[in-house]
Amino acid sequence: MIRALAVLLLCQLAGTILQQGTGLPIPGPVLGLVLLLAVLLRRGGPGADLREVSQGLLRYLGLLFVPAGVGVVAELNVFRQNLLAIVLAIAVSTVLGLLVSGVIMQWFMARAGEEPHA
Amino acid sequence: MHSLLPLFHIWVYLQTQPLLGLTATLCAWELCLFIDAKCGHKALSNPTVLAIVLLSALLLATHTSYQAYFTGAVYVHFLLGPATVALAVPMHANWPAIRKHFLPIFVSLTAGSVVAASSAMLIAHALGAPRAVVISLGPKSVTSPIAMGISQSLGGIPSLTAVFVMITAMFGLLVYPAFFKLGRIGDWRARGLAAGVAMHGLGTARMLSLNETAGAFGGLAIGLNGIVTALLLPLLVTLFGL
Repeated sequence: MIRALAVLLLCQLAGTILQQGTGLPIPGPVLGLVLLLAVLLRRGGPGADLREVSQGLLRYLGLLFVPAGVGVVAELNVFRQNLLAIVLAIAVSTVLGLLVSGVIMQWFMARAGEEPHA
Repeated sequence: MHSLLPLFHIWVYLQTQPLLGLTATLCAWELCLFIDAKCGHKALSNPTVLAIVLLSALLLATHTSYQAYFTGAVYVHFLLGPATVALAVPMHANWPAIRKHFLPIFVSLTAGSVVAASSAMLIAHALGAPRAVVISLGPKSVTSPIAMGISQSLGGIPSLTAVFVMITAMFGLLVYPAFFKLGRIGDWRARGLAAGVAMHGLGTARMLSLNETAGAFGGLAIGLNGIVTALLLPLLVTLFGL
């Protein structure tokens, strides 16, 4: 378990160093994700230890962003002052994102002529 | 009142320690998991949202500063970084599907991602929201740990982004059946991908409960959308002059 955690932290560290060194506007942990993916593709997959720890962390993803979400208490005024803009922006963009990606993918899949393997 | 003084001292002492914030976070989470199960896992009973509301109400009611709370909660918060890196493991598991349908996935995901982020930021900007709010809205379709990282690196407010991400997914869960019908999106691969692009983990979990293929496509869309948005959002922000 500790070795898997060390691997994840090393990837995050490498990603963060790369981000700080190059000034890229991409978060260090995302670069760490890409790095780990490259390693996994090269090595043919994660060991049992890394798979277990990763699944464990991802199972509790919902808990992990509670502390940051609570930070909204410090932003309540911002929220209240921009309520209409926020609500409209979220509603319209969510529907558009859903429709655009879904319709294009549907078109590709219909053209490929394969039955959905449901 | 005199007899309450020792209690007051304990309270003041605990406010400076990580113990209280950490304990409150974990207890609130367990309580909200229980409530969510009792409600039958509805979009509106999402445990993350419930826990955020409950803890925020507690902080406001007890006049506890967010800073005091965060000295404890930071131990949970820190795990977001390694959890983001850990997303590589399910992405690797989905790699054969990504390779087989690389072009369709790449095109539909990028288009959906760009349209969602652009429309969110342009609408908020047009309605007069300040820059920090507009930027915080950009990555709201992306899974939270990545979204918050993107928001921070572009000058947004990560905690606002975390809340926007949750509202997005909850709204999406309420309306997606109507829009799948409207867009005639019947293929489970397309449904799963669209759900993953527009409402990340929550949408994918719902798809997975309906159809395994849809769940797999949702899962790969979460990670890919995070990477694509991290790459493209800085360009969009520059393009729109935000």
